[in-house]
Amino acid sequence: MRDATRTFGARGKVRRLSGRVLLNLTLIAVCAIWLVPTVGLLVSSLRPKELIAVSGWWEALASPLRLTLENYVNVLSRANMGTSFLNSLMVAIPGTLIPMCIAAYAAYAFAWMEFKGKEWMYLVVIALIAVPIQMTLIPVLRLFNTLGITGSFMAVWLAHAAYGLPFSIYLLRNFIGQLPRSMLESAFIDGASHPVVFFRLVLPTSLPAIASLGIFQFMWVWNDLLVSLIFLGGTPDVAPMTVTIANMVNSYGGGWEYLTAAAFISMALPLVVFFALQKYFVRGVLAGSVKE
Amino acid sequence: MKFLSLIAAVVSVPALLAVYVFAAERVIAGKRGTGKVSGARPWLWLAPSFILLIVFLAYPIVNTFLISLKDAKADGFVGLANYAHVFTDPGMLVVLRNNAAWLIFFTLGTLGFGLLMAVLSDRVKWEPVAKAAVFIPMAISFVAAGIIWRFMFEFRPAGEAQIGTVNAVLSAIVPAFEPKAWLFDTSSNNVALIAVGIWMWTGFAMVILSAGLKAIPVELIEAARIDGAGELQIFMRVILPLAAPTIAVVATTLMVNVLKIFDIVYVMTNGALGTEVIANRMYKELFNYRNFGRAGAIAVILLVAVAPVMVINIKRFKESRKANA
Repeated sequence: MRDATRTFGARGKVRRLSGRVLLNLTLIAVCAIWLVPTVGLLVSSLRPKELIAVSGWWEALASPLRLTLENYVNVLSRANMGTSFLNSLMVAIPGTLIPMCIAAYAAYAFAWMEFKGKEWMYLVVIALIAVPIQMTLIPVLRLFNTLGITGSFMAVWLAHAAYGLPFSIYLLRNFIGQLPRSMLESAFIDGASHPVVFFRLVLPTSLPAIASLGIFQFMWVWNDLLVSLIFLGGTPDVAPMTVTIANMVNSYGGGWEYLTAAAFISMALPLVVFFALQKYFVRGVLAGSVKE
Repeated sequence: MKFLSLIAAVVSVPALLAVYVFAAERVIAGKRGTGKVSGARPWLWLAPSFILLIVFLAYPIVNTFLISLKDAKADGFVGLANYAHVFTDPGMLVVLRNNAAWLIFFTLGTLGFGLLMAVLSDRVKWEPVAKAAVFIPMAISFVAAGIIWRFMFEFRPAGEAQIGTVNAVLSAIVPAFEPKAWLFDTSSNNVALIAVGIWMWTGFAMVILSAGLKAIPVELIEAARIDGAGELQIFMRVILPLAAPTIAVVATTLMVNVLKIFDIVYVMTNGALGTEVIANRMYKELFNYRNFGRAGAIAVILLVAVAPVMVINIKRFKESRKANA
């Protein structure tokens, strides 16, 4: 009996070891498949124009190392990427802030106020999270045309504010609703009004949820193509990076020296945000498993 | 000028909202005791949200239904003609076929890789690094991903140096491999596009599945192991059934998103050579053909396709509320 366990143990050890090797190799392979495309783009964007077109990006890793920032200089100065970067900020900052501000009041009302029809109204908000925005494009576009704001930042701000609302209300209500009842009640007993409780108590304690939502919404708006394409259009002085790059694909075709650098510029900010605030971003994604 | 309006928007909206709530409170508190007025408070707090939701979501949804029954300029009613067109036009049938393919293969592929990563990464010490690698595509735009993968699929005729990674790698490892124009070859272009979608969304599936798997009690898995179950058996008989609700959540989310897929196709092929999907077709009807009626009908079909998932979301929400109560 004892011998049996011993041989079993030794064989088990070998098996476990080979299992570990296999496990690590599989994981490394999957991670490589996921990383290589992005790395390839980054390396290519740093290679001279004449090399990108004739040899694979991996050959840049062999010596002699010939890397250059020329593509970035060109794309920023000539292909309108500098303006587009600022336009993306013009779209994304209000497009993130406005829906969050508006949603916070609604979330508080849904969490801590009583009123008729609260239940079903909240269900409607949740249902709206999944509505394809395509369903709203034609009437909203006609509305903006009537108001004469199609092609202005005001139009995309309004659109993003509205489209971001259902999810923002949902996420913030979840968090605000879980705050301890006793904390709010003692504030009310001390004579605090709803606005005071909201600003002094609820907002400060909800910061983690606000951070998650903010990052999530910022990434969403920054990376959006459709809303900008439809309500802002492709005019260079307003087009954000996603629209400019999509247009470049059509006009430059295979101009890889432009496309690689442009794509990487558009990825830079989200990647910085991702690595700096990964925890909050992932939390937002987790909370957002009903998003759209 | 631009930046003045940016600053104006960023400062004035929060400030105005705060002034609005405090002013509303003064009016309500000033008339305390009447009861009727303080009942208005929730509505005043909800008003900014509700106005936006009604103007930009609720009303347009109803309006789009009506437009879908009208002609190209959205003037006269044409009955169900637009829907008849959608379900008989050969181009539209390709679109519907493509969306079905996306729905099935994207969802299964993303779930499969997400589950694989969630299960495997849980067993190594470098879990955070492995997860970050797979999650990165979630942070970038579909447009950037489109560029990345156009470059990956880049094709040069056989004999020339391949600069696209996919053709280069396959040429190196598969004997007598003929380089392929992945995005132009009608037998492979849809597969290539779906692969990009999977690459982008696997991180999402992984994160949520991983959270679900970590919630499974270790004792259950240990008990199965002591009973002599192999790793595969443990996965099939213990982990999968317990993770089923999480898998369902991920699957429904993926399905809603894939039905609306637009950017990948717009950037990579613009719907050429049999790769068009619903959202791209709608965009074309709207901006290239200027046909409001047809565009509306396509949007309605998209909504109908998403509707079951909306119902599931609401049911799930009601259940979780019951469980918490």
